[in-house]
Amino acid sequence: MVSSTLRQLSEDEKSQAGQAHGADNVLEVRDLQTVFETQDGTVHAVNNVSFALKPGELLGVVGESGSGKSVSMMSLLKLLPMPPAKILNGEVLFDGRDLLQASEDELRSLRGGDIGFIFQDPMTSLNPVFTVGFQLMEPLRIHMGMNKKQARARAVELLELVGIPSASDRLKDFPHQFSGGMRQRVMIAIALACDPKVLIADEPTTALDVTVQAQIIELVKDLREKLGMAIVWITHDLGVVAGIADRVAVMYGGQIVEYADVDKLYDDPRHPYTRALLKTLPADEGLRMERLVSIPGQAPNLKGPLVACPFAPRCEEAHERCWSANPPLFEVQAGQKSACWLESEDTAGAA
Amino acid sequence: MLFISLVIFLVIKLSPSDPTAGLPLTIPPDVREKIRESLGFNDPFHIQFLLWLKQLVYTEPKFWMNKLWGTDFEVGQRMISYATRSPVMDLVVQRIPQTLWVVGISYIVGILIAVPLGIISAYKQYSIFDQIGTFISMIGFSVPTFFTGVLMILLFSVTLGWFPSIYDTTHEITDWNSFLFQVKQSIMPIMVLGLFNAAQISRYMRASMLENLTQDYVRTARAKGVKERSVVLVHVLRNSMIPVVTVIALNLPSVFGGALITEQVFQVNGLGQLLILAIQGGDVPVVQTVTVIFAVLIVLFSLIADVLYGMLDPRIRYD
Ligand SMILES: Nc1ncnc2c1ncn2[C@@H]1O[C@H](COP(=O)(O)OP(=O)(O)OP(=O)(O)O)[C@@H](O)[C@H]1O
Ligand SMILES: [Mg+2]
Repeated sequence: MVSSTLRQLSEDEKSQAGQAHGADNVLEVRDLQTVFETQDGTVHAVNNVSFALKPGELLGVVGESGSGKSVSMMSLLKLLPMPPAKILNGEVLFDGRDLLQASEDELRSLRGGDIGFIFQDPMTSLNPVFTVGFQLMEPLRIHMGMNKKQARARAVELLELVGIPSASDRLKDFPHQFSGGMRQRVMIAIALACDPKVLIADEPTTALDVTVQAQIIELVKDLREKLGMAIVWITHDLGVVAGIADRVAVMYGGQIVEYADVDKLYDDPRHPYTRALLKTLPADEGLRMERLVSIPGQAPNLKGPLVACPFAPRCEEAHERCWSANPPLFEVQAGQKSACWLESEDTAGAA
Repeated sequence: MLFISLVIFLVIKLSPSDPTAGLPLTIPPDVREKIRESLGFNDPFHIQFLLWLKQLVYTEPKFWMNKLWGTDFEVGQRMISYATRSPVMDLVVQRIPQTLWVVGISYIVGILIAVPLGIISAYKQYSIFDQIGTFISMIGFSVPTFFTGVLMILLFSVTLGWFPSIYDTTHEITDWNSFLFQVKQSIMPIMVLGLFNAAQISRYMRASMLENLTQDYVRTARAKGVKERSVVLVHVLRNSMIPVVTVIALNLPSVFGGALITEQVFQVNGLGQLLILAIQGGDVPVVQTVTVIFAVLIVLFSLIADVLYGMLDPRIRYD
């Protein structure tokens, strides 16, 4: 019953989305808004975030620390501690179902199954008292209904896939017996375990050295083509994004300030923040940056709804209007949107 | 260990107690003196101490080996209680079952109450359940057992007449009814001690669960689609038990201390009562031996705690 009405709803969404992108989205997020209700006020961590992914597409998400990248993605599957977190608004359409309205059971059957998640911190994201094998076999047994033997075989396969040597011996090892990079790869293996349709990767390669990083990126490219996996790739590394993404969402102050096809973004960045970010890219491309903090000024204060452009205090082109209202995303050209008042005159209207 | 027993020995010796003080006044002073002599009470301190030590680690083990395995060692003079004139170890062996019954079961009851209580309190932090639980364990924690014990006697024995107020240690279990009586008479001492233990352990359990519930690996487990039940009872609980098990093992000896008082309140003639009477009567060998047994228990259980810790936490391995 419920799912049929949801599907009904999705038909409309799809036709709308179809106009914009010309194909069915496997994941579509609209106007997502997440806050943290803390003792000293409400933190508006995610403000009206919208994006869409087709099968096999890769969306790169960039932005400095605290810009709300992780919180946005965790909101999709309600993986945040609630309270203090609260999703105030939005729709998360996966295969036509709104996940924010879905029951806990429905969500659980998607988590680790159709939607895989790689978390940011590999050092703490694995349970210290269970073997890596147990943790890797868990989703296989839950979602694929495998028995112990099948799950074991698949687990070995997965560890080999992410490049862990002598995989079958390492299944009985505990996380502390793995290095940071190895744990990161275990996390990736867990996320890929059940051939997800959507993979959300939160800085999946930060703990890895450049060669391993390249391997993982190759692996992901491969899986995208083979399985048609859609991927959200959060990173600080604009170089990586340029290489693998179809589209990029630049986040600032809990909102997407520029959302564009990858070539358009690099050729013609429209938001002043994106331009500042790209300026910080080392001339020698491929060099990794640790953090995108080399822009002068402070990160915005998110305690309260945004009433002005959050980037205005650090923006060289800020003018009166930037201080009085927060700009919506303007469609600059097909496949590129920017949330900057500078765009409001030369485009017909707000997107 | 040796040092502990030496200190205890000196403390008791320095207190002006006389093992013959309890004897009838009609006994003439010279007989009194003879009794003292025969007990070795007039020997120098160090001789008395060494004799006691020899009896504890040499004579007694031989006696018990003879008794248990029918070996045929030469057994010298066994350790004798001043007050009762019977071998100290026989007294101890007589008293141990009562204490173990009360302490052991109350500890198990305590753990069985505390662990689920701690888990639920932590999972539903600040809920009504948690608040009531916190309140009750605060009371259990801060009100001494002799008070709760007397309160329970007043309520259940005097007012309601459900349970006997005095523990009958001569009671033997022969059939179902006598077993029921045993259960009935044990309920109050066990509950008093058990609630005290539960109050303590549930606090640790709650704190440990709360700490682990916010860890990143919990989110990973949820992101894998693990059922909420398994997230809490497998992933979080397994981690939370590490410090709690250690606390449980480390706390056990101090429960014997609590038993000391509870035994007194309910007149259970266990080890605790033996110790208290021996202290009052200046019965040095008994006091010595019982305290050393407690000391051994403390050391033993801290060792057990260490071993358990190593078993539960894979990050610690004694290779
Ligand atoms: N539990 C919480 N309580 C209050 N505020 C929080 C909580 N978790 C996150 N936030 C706030 O949400 C905002 C977004 O955090 P988020 O982790 O999404 O940043 P991020 O873009 O992923 O940064 P990084 O690049 O460092 O991972 C931050 O301002 C942070 O302070
Ligand atoms: Mg993050």
